[in-house]
Amino acid sequence: MERRQALKLTATIFGGTVIGSQVFLAGCSSKKETLHLITNKEVSLLDEISEIILPASDESPGAKAAHIGSFIQVMVNDCYSPEETAIFTKGLATINQAANASFGMDFKSLIADQKIELLTKFDIEARESKKSNTLHFFTMIKQLTIWGYFTSEPGVTKALRYNPVPGRYEGCIAYNGETSWA
Amino acid sequence: MENSFDAIVIGSGISGGWAAKELCDQGLKTLVLERGRDVKHIKDYPTMTKNPWDFDYRGRMPRDFHEENPLITKAAGFAEDTAHFFIKDKDHPYIQKRPFDWIRGYQVGGKSLIWGRACQRWSDYEFKAPKKYGYGIEWPIAYKDIAPWYSYVEKFIGVCGNTDGIAAMPDGEFLPAYEFNCVEQHMKETLLENFPGRYMVQGRWAHLSEPKEIHLEQGRGKCQCRNLCMRGCPFGGYFSSNTSTLPWAKKTGNLTVRPFSVVHSILYDEPTGKASGVKIIDTNTKQEIIYKARIIFVNASALNSNLILLNSKSKRFPNGLGNDQDLLGRYISFHNYRAGAGGEIEGFKDKYFYGKNPTESIIANYRNLEEQDTDFVGGYTIFTGAYRNRTEEVPNDSPQLGADFKHALSKPGSWRIYMYMQGETIPKASNRVYLSPDKKDDWGIPLLVTDVGYDDNDEKMVKDFIVESRKMLLKMGCKDLYSYDSNQAPGLDIHEMGGVRMGKDPNTSLLNEFNQLHTCKNVFVTDGACMTSTGNQSPSILYMSLTARAATYAAEQFKKGVL
Repeated sequence: MERRQALKLTATIFGGTVIGSQVFLAGCSSKKETLHLITNKEVSLLDEISEIILPASDESPGAKAAHIGSFIQVMVNDCYSPEETAIFTKGLATINQAANASFGMDFKSLIADQKIELLTKFDIEARESKKSNTLHFFTMIKQLTIWGYFTSEPGVTKALRYNPVPGRYEGCIAYNGETSWA
Repeated sequence: MENSFDAIVIGSGISGGWAAKELCDQGLKTLVLERGRDVKHIKDYPTMTKNPWDFDYRGRMPRDFHEENPLITKAAGFAEDTAHFFIKDKDHPYIQKRPFDWIRGYQVGGKSLIWGRACQRWSDYEFKAPKKYGYGIEWPIAYKDIAPWYSYVEKFIGVCGNTDGIAAMPDGEFLPAYEFNCVEQHMKETLLENFPGRYMVQGRWAHLSEPKEIHLEQGRGKCQCRNLCMRGCPFGGYFSSNTSTLPWAKKTGNLTVRPFSVVHSILYDEPTGKASGVKIIDTNTKQEIIYKARIIFVNASALNSNLILLNSKSKRFPNGLGNDQDLLGRYISFHNYRAGAGGEIEGFKDKYFYGKNPTESIIANYRNLEEQDTDFVGGYTIFTGAYRNRTEEVPNDSPQLGADFKHALSKPGSWRIYMYMQGETIPKASNRVYLSPDKKDDWGIPLLVTDVGYDDNDEKMVKDFIVESRKMLLKMGCKDLYSYDSNQAPGLDIHEMGGVRMGKDPNTSLLNEFNQLHTCKNVFVTDGACMTSTGNQSPSILYMSLTARAATYAAEQFKKGVL
């Protein structure tokens, strides 16, 4: 069977589990309907955040061009557990709080360097919390941004090399620094 | 008569398709009954050419779906792009006395659309081992009996592979193999140098690496190395009933396929001592219809074939057709898929690949061949390979966001190796399926109860694989090794077998050497239900070979007027 495909993907994506894939969490009782889901307003904030994680460059488009905000909205609202959704939305709300505390304005209005500084702090926090197995909302944002980007049309066709019908297989060829196959 | 045929085939999956092809080729008017909907080659493959971004959830299924379908979403190959070829849990209930994941694909073509496509032959070791080591009854056939039928099937379906000369995994009639990548070549050489008797070979898979005339005649073309097989292949690059046997049978003019037809039971005729036909229920109208035929092939998938026979009750057979000895539904077995291992391998960074290899490499079984050399019986095949995916993480001292981060993630990462086991399990009377005495499905057919579990032999085999795979991976130069025992329930292997086993002795088996019920000779069972033992090879091509052999025999008997 194609078992190995599933195995190797789950075994290697971010060195652990894909968030949202554990359907039956212990103590999962809250109903999704009563939760705060991601709104369209938050989508534009997510677009801004994801663009800092994977920005447009000379080599390829950025996360905003891949509509990562909308992708995250769909994945969190439809695929995350209520617990995961709550962590995500609560965490997301702290972005603007932190922006205001540090720079006196919303995230959107910051200049690029300020955005990078702020998100780097969240990233360090998220990487720390991984060590104690605590789920951090920025781990979620990053995972979804990377996944969404590298499966989006711009990500697949411009950042990676996409060949939907290779026609043949060659097992061992020289590698000279090209981008990865999609 | 409109409802009369020469032969009826119950099921249109990998073995039912073969029964239909052989019987139609021999001139028998054949009715194929399929409980699910029709699936036409190409026309009914809605996702076959979709891009990754065309899927709402990029391959995942939404949470609601997972919650409603905790069983089927576990299946290998199940994803957003293939979900339509699997059942939904609530539509098809069964009762698990002990945990058993029963994975089903109810449509024309059955699970042949979503199968793994591995096609190794059984060796004589496997046919002989149960009797020799005392863990099962004797098979009524030996390797030499089935070898020509393996050849016959291989040539028709197209199997790639090499001539490797390994006794534990006999060679066949192969199309060119898919190359090893550079790491796989290194793995093979490491085994040859350090582990006598352990051979890693290129995948023997049902793919047209180089189609021949017979394949073009089926309307199939060369495998394009997309490795999106389970969506259905627009090129016909891999074998399925839908691409191959069913359209072939159709061309004879002898085939009728009736979808939406769940078989309730096989009807037994006391005066003749034969089956006279089958009773079906139209799954849409719930109307009962009887179809008559002189020959009946039962290919409903292993457990459903058991179910149909158990539900075929008559005065002569009050406990199910052919079931005089309380054997029917017993000796259910499966493949032990619990353990896997892998790790990262340094180097080879200047090597890459082109296209997607649709196959996996195989390490042939090296356990308990000439003699029992472990504390368990049976053997295991290992599926393995090396892969180089996109970079997933960058070092801690590199930027964790920004353009450089994105560029780093856009490049290939390290090479990684994986292995997983496919182990033989011991057929036991206590591993069984039976009919619920009181619960029925939407069509009034009793629900199946599964009472199947692992045993101590399975535990020992898992341990052996974990120890040995680790040794091999270390020698290959792997680091950051992982290994796991998933403890998955039986059934998730999707290799359930037995319950209507073949054998020489009617007192200990239900089917003879031509897959006929000992006590009702015009009923043939040639899917996984017929298996006397499980061996350690992927079973589908053996089902196909047994089916072709039995159907040829049945047609001869039909023409002689015996059946």
